[in-house]
Amino acid sequence: MRQKAEIFDYVNIFLMTIIMFIMVYPMWYIIVGAFNEGADYARGGVYFWARKLTIENFQAIFYQKAILQAFWITILKSGIGTITSVFFTTWVAFGITRPKLKGKKIYIPVIMFTMFFSGGLIPYFILISDIGLYDNFLVYIIPTLFSVWYMIIIQSFLRELPEALMEAATIDGASEYKIFFAIVLPLSKPVLASITLFTVVGHWNVYFDSMMFTSSQHLETIQYYLRKVISDPGVSGSISNAGAAEIPDSLNTITPQSVKFATMVVTALPIIMVYPFLQKYFVKGLTIGAVKG
Amino acid sequence: MTKKQKDYSKLKNQLQLQSMVIPGIIFLLIFAYIPMYGLVMAFKEYNVFTGLSDSPWIGFKFFIEFFKDPYFINVMRNTIFLNLAGLIIGFPAPIILAILICEIRSIRFKRVVQTVSYLPHFLSWVIFGGIALEMLSPNGILSYFMQMIGLSSKPVNFMSQADRFWIIYIVIIMIKNVGFSSILYIAAITGIDQQMFDAAEIDGASRFQKILRITVPSIMGTIVILLIFQISAILNTGIEQFLVLQNSLNLSWSETIDTYVYKVGLRQGRYSFAASVGFFKSVVSVILLVIANRVSRKVTGKGLF
Repeated sequence: MRQKAEIFDYVNIFLMTIIMFIMVYPMWYIIVGAFNEGADYARGGVYFWARKLTIENFQAIFYQKAILQAFWITILKSGIGTITSVFFTTWVAFGITRPKLKGKKIYIPVIMFTMFFSGGLIPYFILISDIGLYDNFLVYIIPTLFSVWYMIIIQSFLRELPEALMEAATIDGASEYKIFFAIVLPLSKPVLASITLFTVVGHWNVYFDSMMFTSSQHLETIQYYLRKVISDPGVSGSISNAGAAEIPDSLNTITPQSVKFATMVVTALPIIMVYPFLQKYFVKGLTIGAVKG
Repeated sequence: MTKKQKDYSKLKNQLQLQSMVIPGIIFLLIFAYIPMYGLVMAFKEYNVFTGLSDSPWIGFKFFIEFFKDPYFINVMRNTIFLNLAGLIIGFPAPIILAILICEIRSIRFKRVVQTVSYLPHFLSWVIFGGIALEMLSPNGILSYFMQMIGLSSKPVNFMSQADRFWIIYIVIIMIKNVGFSSILYIAAITGIDQQMFDAAEIDGASRFQKILRITVPSIMGTIVILLIFQISAILNTGIEQFLVLQNSLNLSWSETIDTYVYKVGLRQGRYSFAASVGFFKSVVSVILLVIANRVSRKVTGKGLF
């Protein structure tokens, strides 16, 4: 029996090592490509190490206004969008969790129903156009202000807070706003941290909003820019050729493909950087909401 | 405090609470309920210039048109097939991974495996899909590998083989999400009372017996709830990953309801037709959710509502 268990352990470690390789290798693959000379990469065979090491691909990014602009929009949208959305969702979640709130019998079904049924893409698109958000920077902020899913997660955290604390504050004459800002917000740091990280990653990673709801180039996000470059060879050609006027001659080893790799690496970088924090919190955040289902 | 003062502060607090909840409700009325109302356009000949209320009623015309469309079978097949295959292969995978991760004895190694396996989930579809396309290109590593082991004599372009799209898609989805999906199961397993395992140990239970008799039954609740969600989402594929992985060669296998609605509706501007396809999808999803929930209540006594 004991021996059998030990074999199992070795097999398990072996399996896990393979799985880890499969998870990490794609990221490594693109990093190697981004640090390799573009012309040389096109010959093939650059799979594990850079054959001709260079940072020109990264330098080329800084000469292309379209990419820089796309990064800027993405940073703005992720920053503003996350702060407003986390605040507003917490604000509503607090109100709906308070036992004293009147009208819960109406509010809660109205909220929950939206989890199970939606109007779908087309009516939503028409709404966005009708209220003037189409091709407007605010389309990145306003429609994502409130998330029912995150509200539920925050709620299940708030319910764990000792009711006596807020009761005492009420007796001392504290208003609900005061309780929210002075007691609940500081105590909710763990759940707010996880929601913030989820939201910021979601904002950073999505390209669909940019593709659907904007048409001007200056509103394009980096993800949408990349997606055009990746799936449309025509655009891919323009990434360094059409922009050639902007790129100095000294960067002569780059190709559209190698600059694309570098852009992908730079785009993934913030995610990789917040990942350690993310990991600390998201397990907690996920499981708070999930225990209830 | 006098009674009057008390009443006043009660009213004030109630008003403050309402001022917190009502904006949320208004938000949902605008961004969730107006689009739901907008679904009536599926029964109308919607025209951007006349507006929704003045567009003429046409009943089920677009639904019938969609069902008769030769493309309908194709799109439905892809949607259901990709999701079903994803369910059969993709649903047990995170459960198995979670169990295996929890069986790792070294805490440090366990943590490394967890950290690494969640990572792909946090990369965007553009990046992850973009990398996959690179690796699958004729110049990529997989083509090189095929040639190296002698399965092919010339470079292979995987993405041009339409009938292989589904397997490529499922593998990519699995790599991206299996680690992350395992989190909930790991949490559920960690929550199991350790005494049960100790008692089983004394009774001489083997590792596999413990997994089958203790771990799996203990996380059944989590499994059922997540399964209900997945079944109700069988017509839901999402758009982002498909638009990255799609090309004109694999379209016959990669077009799903979601991408179809997007293309017909927004690129071709056939709003009413696309809305009716979307409506059909939403209704089927709700029905599936209710059925899955009811079946689960009967069989396991657990459900979502």
